[in-house]
Order: sequence, then C-alpha cells, then structure tokens
Amino acid sequence: MKKLLTVIAAVILVIGLVAGCGSSNNGGGDKKQGTIGFSVSTLNNPFFVSLKDGVEKQAKELGLKVKIVDAQNDPAKQANDIADLLESGVSVLIVNPVDSAAIATSVEAANAKNIPVITVDRSTDKGKVVAHIASDNVKGGEMAAQLIVDKLGNGTKVAEIEGIPGASATRERGQGFHNVADKSLDVVAKQSADFDRTKGLNVSTNILQANPDVKAIFAHNDEMALGAIQAAKSAGKQVFIVGFDGTADAEKAVQDGTLAATIAQQPELMGKIAVDTASKVIKGETVESKIPVELKVVTK
Amino acid sequence: MNQNITETLKKLGPLIGLIALFIIIAFMNDSFLEFSNLRNLLRQVSINAIIAFGMTFVILTSGIDLSVGSILALSSAIMANFIVGGMNPEVAILASAGVGIILGGINGIVIAYGKVAPFIATLATMTIYRGATLVFTDGNPISGLTSDPLFHGFGQGDIAGLPVPAITMFVSFLILWFVLQKTTLGRQTYAVGGSEKVSYIAGIKINRVKIFAYALTGMLSAIAGAIITSRLNSAQPTAGMGYELDAIAAVVLGGTSLAGGRGHIVGTLIGALIIGTLNNGLNILDVSSFYQQIVKGIVILLAVLGDRKKA
Repeated sequence: MKKLLTVIAAVILVIGLVAGCGSSNNGGGDKKQGTIGFSVSTLNNPFFVSLKDGVEKQAKELGLKVKIVDAQNDPAKQANDIADLLESGVSVLIVNPVDSAAIATSVEAANAKNIPVITVDRSTDKGKVVAHIASDNVKGGEMAAQLIVDKLGNGTKVAEIEGIPGASATRERGQGFHNVADKSLDVVAKQSADFDRTKGLNVSTNILQANPDVKAIFAHNDEMALGAIQAAKSAGKQVFIVGFDGTADAEKAVQDGTLAATIAQQPELMGKIAVDTASKVIKGETVESKIPVELKVVTK
Repeated sequence: MNQNITETLKKLGPLIGLIALFIIIAFMNDSFLEFSNLRNLLRQVSINAIIAFGMTFVILTSGIDLSVGSILALSSAIMANFIVGGMNPEVAILASAGVGIILGGINGIVIAYGKVAPFIATLATMTIYRGATLVFTDGNPISGLTSDPLFHGFGQGDIAGLPVPAITMFVSFLILWFVLQKTTLGRQTYAVGGSEKVSYIAGIKINRVKIFAYALTGMLSAIAGAIITSRLNSAQPTAGMGYELDAIAAVVLGGTSLAGGRGHIVGTLIGALIIGTLNNGLNILDVSSFYQQIVKGIVILLAVLGDRKKA
C-alpha cells in the first residue's frame, strides 16, 4: 500500500510540476481581454512549427497572451481542443484546420459564442470567419510552371508529383501549375505521392523509368521534391526539380544545387500576420476577409 | 497490515487518482470545474470510453484489438456514404453498427479459428481496414451529410443538460457492466482470459466468447465513429488513427490486467475519465502539447507499475 501511495504522490507531483512550468505566466486572469487561442493542426512538421513560432513571437511583441493547442493531425482532437479554448475564455480564435470540412462545426461553435475566428493556411467549409490568411497556392503553381518555361523553354517534357488527392493545397497548386503548363509545357506524367518523401522517391523512380525523356519535375511540396532528387540521382539523370513550401531542407538542397528551385511559403510571416489581424479584431478595427501571404521563388 | 483494506485501496487507486487530478486542476484554474466545462469534458471522454469498454472485454480474454481506429474510420465512411446517398441517418447509424460487428467479427474469427495471435491478427486487419477506407473514400473526407436534427444531435446535442455522447457512454456502460458481471457470458469472458485450458475442460465455447468480444468492440468502435462523424459533420479517412492506444491506456489505467482474466469495466470508465481529464485539464492550464504527451505517458507507466505490484 505504501508503494501505491508513492505512485499516486508521484503522479500528482509530475502533473503539478509540468502544469506549473507551462502556466507560470498564467496568473489566473484568463478571462481578461486580449487572450488569443491558437489551434494548430500539427507540430510534427517544420512548416507548422514555423507558423507557431511566428504566432508566439508576434504575440510577445504586441504583449498579447496566446494559448496554443496542438491537434496532432486529428480533426476530432482539434474539435476537443477548440472546445477547451472556448471554455477557457479566449477573445479571438486563430485556427489552422486539420481538415476544412471537419473544422466547420467548431467554427460554428465559436460563432455561437460570438468569438471571432481567423483561419490560417487551410480554410473552413462553413461558419463565419473574420479573416482567412493563406499563401496564394494557385499563383505559386503558376510561378513554378513559369520558372520551368523560362529556364528550359516551351514544350519541355515535365512530370507532376501531386500531394494528397483532394487536399486544397493539391488542388490549388495543381490548378495553378496547369494554368501555365497546359499552354506551354508537355505534362507527360501525373502521379500522387501524398506529400511524403519516401513515396515521392518511389513515384519519381517509376515515372523516370517509364518516361526517360522527362526534363523537369514539379512536386507539390518539398518533401516529395527531395524524394525526386534521390530518384533522379539513382537513375543517373539531370532533372530540373521544383518543390513547394521552402522548408529548411529544401533551401539547403537549392544551395547544394540538387534542387533547382522551391516556391517558398512564409509560415512565420503567416503566423505574424495572423496575430496582427487578431490584435486588430480585439481592438474592434475592420480587417480584410482574405489576406494572401506572399510566396517567393528560391533559386541559387 | 489487513489484507482486505489493502485490496480495497488498490481497487480504489484509479478513482483516487482521478479525484486527485480534479482537485489539482481545479485548484490551478477555476474555469475547469464550471458546469459547461464538465459537460465539455464528458463529451470528449465518451468516444474513447465507448471504444475502451469493448477493449475491456477483449483484454479480459487476454487478447488485444489494434484495429478499432480503422474500424471506426471504415464504418463511418460507409455510414456517411449511405447518408449522402439519401438513407435515413438513424438507419445509417444502425447500418454502421452492423458494419462494425462484421469487421470485429472477422477479427474474432481469424483469432479464434485461425489461431492467429490477436496482436498480429488485428495489426493486419488494422492495415486492411484503413486501406479499405482510403480506397472507399478515395482519400477524401465525405462531407455535406445532412441537416437531420437527430443525427446532428447524436454527436453535438444535449438532453437535459447532458451531452448525448455522454448519455450513449453511460447507457453502454450500464448494459456492458450488466453483461460482464451478471451473465454467464460475462463469467465466461473472465474464465477464458484466466485459463483457456480450464475453460475448455469446463465446457465453455471459447471461440464464441472470443468472437463476441471482438464483434462487440467492432460495434462500439462504429458507434464512436458515428459520434465523431456527427460532431465533425463529415467522415474523415484518417479518423481514429492511434485511438487503439488511448483505449488500451484507459483499460490499463483502470486496473485491468493485460494478461487477461482480471479487471473490471468500472475501472475502464475511470481510466478513460483520467485520460480525458488530463487532455482537457492540461489544455485549460495552457501546458505545451509536447509536455502533455510526456505527462500522459508517465501516468500510464506509473499505473502499470502500480498494477505489477498487485501480482
């Protein structure tokens, strides 16, 4: 029995300690004006970690308190997280949805409590948001295709490696790419690799095997582009590979000359703009309903 | 020391833990004990608890079911497809429960008649069912379901101030508690996990008991899936990933032995409440999500260490 009590005491201690660390600046004043709730889709991906960093930095800069919850890519957990945030009395909600359809009920729950919602990166299918902040993916797809046209000329044979089928990023990047490519490039292959590096490697290997004359590859994200680099290397081919996102790994690959270019999103800037917008909403100022975040082409 | 008192205290361990957790979190943040948050907490706990009730039966037979999350996703996708196709949503929920029974039943048959180790069998079906979900949905969420108020209420509604999912949880709890403690089938479930040889000699139809446990778990996973689908107003192809671990954790936290034959469903309810309270409380306390995972892991580890001392 002594041991059991020790175990219980240890649990209490651990929770107390961790909770104490995490909420040292909490001060119990949660219900005061100016607390931002931020629900992020996952922190198991550098892109969203940068987004979170942007939010944290700008909130500190503006002296706002921000509560961050991580949905670990589970839409059901995100619904719970947001319910918890609404319960703890935040004055604005910044949401980076796991899924646009699934987030709708949570946005409507916030609407019912009159808490303004700002969506970041992915949008919501239903419910009212005061602002949506995202990269212009269609424009980014066009930039990628245009870059290939500029560097390799009209009619170049190109393969497209798509992201998760149906995801908004896949649709929009693909749409933008085809806006330009359908007119001035020859898209010989189009396959999905689910935004995953290993799958990108396999899919590219297959594509290069089936279409040895492919001169360029456009991947819907950097992870798949990095997989494609490996595929081109093992096939012994010079391929002009363009990725999307601008992750640290990809920018390094661009410096090394293995990756031709990446269309860089600016997640940290996205986070900063989200907090700026939230701060305006708290002050009662009006904000634009759609705020595009600039993309930039990163080449050597 | 008096043996009986020690035993009772050990049985009460999880409950003491839960109460301690409540006191600590309530002490650190006063919005935790507000009625609206407690309702919110029950709604969040219900999904894991409902799956974990089934998992209790499976673990009592000294099995394990890793496929619950995949069954949840596949049955939800099929249900959502029926609803989009114009089926009455309440009928679709029943159909989904039927799909759950079939998928779980397949697990049971493979394990009972195929003599495949439960871990391996359900690892395989976990992958198969998830793959089938992705094929069925083409990797896309199924949305635009229905505005039917009864279906909407199944995940989001309240009756007399209590969230409907929590009511579903309590009703399933009462039924399953009765089955486990008061019926022959329940006693046989304990017996099979305690010793298959003895159960065989005693004339228990071991295979039937096992198939029942897995089919029940399949059905409960499907019901949990219907709640999630209603809450999110869409069926997600990736729904339920990792839920098997939360369900197993709830069962273990509740003091049920992974070796089978020993444990009770009351403990599972408390275990699920502990996990849910940790999730909700640590969010309310604004603890970083990285630390949250460490805390959850330590709590489970300590519970199992405590359980080992019992043997």
